[in-house]
Amino acid sequence: MNDIIISVRELTKCFGDFTAVNRISFDVRRGEIFGFLGANGAGKTTAMRMLCGLSYPTSGSGTVAGYDVMREGEQIKRHIGYMSQRFSLYNDLTVEENINLFAGIYGLSKAETEERTTELLERLNFSSERKTLVGSLPLGWKQKLSFAIATIHRPEVVFLDEPTGGVDPVTRRQFWEMIYEAAAGGTTIFVTTHYMDEAEYCSRVSIMVDGEVRALDTPARLKQQFVVESMDEVFRTLARGAQRGE
Amino acid sequence: MSAIVVDNLSKSFGAVKALDSVSFEVERGELFGLIGPDGAGKTTLFRLLTTLLNPDEGGAVVDGYDIVKDYLSIRSRVGYMPGRFSLYPDLTVEENLDFFAALFGVTVEESYDLVAPIYSHIEPFRTRRAGKLSGGMKQKLALSCALIHRPSVLFLDEPTTGVDAVSRSEFWDMLAGLKERGITILVSTPYMDEASRCDRIALCNEGRILGVDTPQGIVERFDSPLYAVSADNMFALLESSRKVEGVEECYPFGEAHHLVANEKFDLERYKTQLSDIENLNIVPTKPTIEDMFIKLMKR
Repeated sequence: MNDIIISVRELTKCFGDFTAVNRISFDVRRGEIFGFLGANGAGKTTAMRMLCGLSYPTSGSGTVAGYDVMREGEQIKRHIGYMSQRFSLYNDLTVEENINLFAGIYGLSKAETEERTTELLERLNFSSERKTLVGSLPLGWKQKLSFAIATIHRPEVVFLDEPTGGVDPVTRRQFWEMIYEAAAGGTTIFVTTHYMDEAEYCSRVSIMVDGEVRALDTPARLKQQFVVESMDEVFRTLARGAQRGE
Repeated sequence: MSAIVVDNLSKSFGAVKALDSVSFEVERGELFGLIGPDGAGKTTLFRLLTTLLNPDEGGAVVDGYDIVKDYLSIRSRVGYMPGRFSLYPDLTVEENLDFFAALFGVTVEESYDLVAPIYSHIEPFRTRRAGKLSGGMKQKLALSCALIHRPSVLFLDEPTTGVDAVSRSEFWDMLAGLKERGITILVSTPYMDEASRCDRIALCNEGRILGVDTPQGIVERFDSPLYAVSADNMFALLESSRKVEGVEECYPFGEAHHLVANEKFDLERYKTQLSDIENLNIVPTKPTIEDMFIKLMKR
């Protein structure tokens, strides 16, 4: 089995004469929690869209979950998980209906869906909530369910877009615990965020400035390198030199 | 006299108790932070204090005026920056500022000295439509508009949400500048790391206030030994740590987990029991606002 789940070289995206992402290269390993940081306008969203198969690069090369980022966008979409704080579940559908909906989108058969639904509900201790409307669940439960559904098709890599903004500290920790568990089980986690305290939870982080990856290492080594106490200071030191705004 | 006195304030929406008997006071000239997640009741509190809602129970006084009886006097004395961008997107930067000045019967010139440190950043774009500004620039324009009538009390509802770390830090520098001018500021944020920029803070959750103090004072109330623990397998570490006697709690905290110990905790025994965990590292650490928040939430 290949242990590099995401590998990109010189990945570039231009819009007209504007280079949004400029020759970024990096590898993400199996089971890693990889933080992808950047200021507003640094090119983070554009880069992530390419990694998720939503847009094709202008040049460069790479693979995500074994598929070519230059031409296999559809395959990539099927083989990754995606969860964002903004788009999660349908509040006016029940827990079961939400699961069925996403299982259907990912093309699982009826039998597979039923089997995984039961397994998922048992694992989350949710079996009694099968027919409950998602809108009436507490936020922490919604988040857990949302992550479980984002991984219903057992993707090798899950993209999390600002997963815990605005969430209370206890719920947030329950969420990270679930992420650690998934990573320990071999799922690769790719987190984009501009909140530096989320960055501290990652195994390694990259920081984008002006379309380029300017730093990539463990939070500990980055703090050491910049001789500062927090990722927030590392980020501010790098981003202050940014030439382009939002 | 305090700039803001909140006394047993309650407000419900249907079955949801958005604010549940909240009381606190903000001194004149203080930079006071409401720190709490979504659903803590921060926005409801702002809407009550700016007289946009009436309370179900309790009351509040802002700059000496009662929020129910004297609502008109309050409206001319306070500046309010709502959480959602609320300026006119199809008016230019300059037109928005002129509009708010006109509403309050002042001119931009009269207040220019007060808004200049903020407005000067966006003045080069004064003919641009507000809807076309970047997030950081919108935020500066909204703050300029909230200040144009020289309010005595400024209410800022999550001004830094969705803003990147550099702009967030600049924004707090601007608030420090306004505080120097004697303006009382009540500001809310879901980010615990911003608490240190406030004179005093109230930690809030689900409509209640968990504690009010200086950031330092809040942290000093944390009265249990606290350790930072890390290892190769962070998930296994979490589960194993929780099984050791004397471990009150162990939760993820960025690069290391935080371990809250009680009187039965013994460091050597902990290390022995976790001897199969590779690269175990445990060191005493200082509590943060977030540790205290967790402790108060679980009480």
